[in-house]
Amino acid sequence: MVESKKMKILAYSVMIVLSVICVVPFLLMISASVTSETSLLVQGYSFWPKEISFGAYEYLFADGVTILRAYGITILVTFIGTSVSLVLTTLLAYSISRKNLPGRNVIAFLVFFAMLFNGGIVPSYIMWNNFFHIKNTLFALIVPNYLVFGFYVIMMRTYFTSNIPEEVLESTRIDGAGEFTILVKMVVPMAVPILATVGMMQAITYWNEWQNGLYYVSDSKLYTIQLILNKMISNADAIKTIATNVSMELPSVSIRMAVAVLGALPIMCIFPFFQKYYVKGITIGAVKG
Amino acid sequence: MTRKRKYNWRRCLPFYLMALPALIYIFINNYIPMFGIVIAFKNYKVTKGIFGSDWCGLDNFQFLFRSPDAFNITKNTILYNFAFIVIGTVCAIFVAILLNAVKSKVSRNIFQTLILLPYLVSIIVVSYVVYAFLSPANGFINTNLLGGLGKAPVSWYEEAKYWPFILVFVNVWKSFGYNSIIYVATIAGFDNSMYEAAAVDGATTWQQIKRITMPCLKPTIITLTLMSVGRVFFSDFGLFYQVTMNSGALIDATGTIDTYVYRGLMERGNIGMSAAAGFYQSLVGFVLILAANGITRKLSKDNALF
Repeated sequence: MVESKKMKILAYSVMIVLSVICVVPFLLMISASVTSETSLLVQGYSFWPKEISFGAYEYLFADGVTILRAYGITILVTFIGTSVSLVLTTLLAYSISRKNLPGRNVIAFLVFFAMLFNGGIVPSYIMWNNFFHIKNTLFALIVPNYLVFGFYVIMMRTYFTSNIPEEVLESTRIDGAGEFTILVKMVVPMAVPILATVGMMQAITYWNEWQNGLYYVSDSKLYTIQLILNKMISNADAIKTIATNVSMELPSVSIRMAVAVLGALPIMCIFPFFQKYYVKGITIGAVKG
Repeated sequence: MTRKRKYNWRRCLPFYLMALPALIYIFINNYIPMFGIVIAFKNYKVTKGIFGSDWCGLDNFQFLFRSPDAFNITKNTILYNFAFIVIGTVCAIFVAILLNAVKSKVSRNIFQTLILLPYLVSIIVVSYVVYAFLSPANGFINTNLLGGLGKAPVSWYEEAKYWPFILVFVNVWKSFGYNSIIYVATIAGFDNSMYEAAAVDGATTWQQIKRITMPCLKPTIITLTLMSVGRVFFSDFGLFYQVTMNSGALIDATGTIDTYVYRGLMERGNIGMSAAAGFYQSLVGFVLILAANGITRKLSKDNALF
């Protein structure tokens, strides 16, 4: 667009205002988490801590296990979930991207139909619970719902068909390389951008995951950060049963905000470095597969 | 002939092996539960399992549709979605046009990162942020804003009338950055010579937006809107469950099909009605997606999903 000066000024000022609106609520959360209990009880949550205190964080880290274990489980779930998901998605997407594979359209249809129609949560809850006995295992946080998204399969297939020419692969085939070798040695290096994008999106999904936990996890040893938040939402005292052996008095007003900060901060700190891939991924995804 | 086929089969085998793990997963995760929807027509007993339980015909549906809940959750789900679609789309386009007017790449990236932050954190964190504002005893609005103005505090989580606005605001706040990305990319792809020619002829910025940007965006707007319309029967469970803190006083104003199914299954133990509501959502939702895609196909074949 050919902008007038007025338009430029307008664009910058509105974007600054919108950015502030997006960030400021988080500042309230952070500020409240480092305010002393007494000051919060009198003045409520405010944007500037009147009396700084790290009591809430001290409480959370007092027994040295609770929060660290929750972080550990969150990181483990994110790592395993993202890796397994990337492997499964890549394998499926690559196989149906090969033009001369009989039945590839049938497979693609099966993937696609699963995106449009689902049996709903009731049957799948009963299946995971009663047939697979997934309750209170690490699998419960990783396996149901998230491992293979049809959307990412189709997005990746599109990338493979348009970016990896069959001729290059054909020449390697003549040299006698097996299909798995070709995939690992040739295709994967060429597909780094799409792998980074899907990996990033899946990592965010797993980091933020709480619905599987809501349905399948009641053992507090398996709580991720998000699940601790979920337990505390209606009752801040819930942390007492999760963090046992802490003799301090519970700073019940600030503790909520402190846990929320711990759940949000890692993603907010890491994201700016990967923003490019994320934005690109959404743009690719918008183009029909 | 047979020889050639054998050769082909051997060549294709590795690809089928590659597809197999993910297909098994999709079969278990997506297809088996599809057969499980028969549970909506059964009097489910845990001891007898899905297929062993007795048929009860349409009893579950009768209970569901005779209760006032069915109408209410359908209405809420659809109305909230329409508000999200209309307001969300307008905001996304507005932001996309402004972002494209920011020419410095660094500033644009900073803006884009900042407006994406609310989308990246989990909905639970968002509900804590909302709670920091609305908590009756300590929330910023009651203590600092209303208190400062000398007004009486409001018990936000008990007053249903505010929640349609709160939820629409929270949803738009959380997702406008994400929704604008596709429009930003689309606008960035427009041929700049159109704008240059218009500028030479003396078109103002507003005229350029109205006569060039908007008409060129029309196909994208139509496609994305139709895709969202296809999903009006599904709601963001986290938004309606977590952000309202599952408060009983708000259920009439904020209950959707998804929260109803959850509460039936996990809180009230009413699996039959829950399954009936889930079946109703899957079926109508599926029909709506097909219809939306059909319309998109009629309008422009390239933009249809299938």
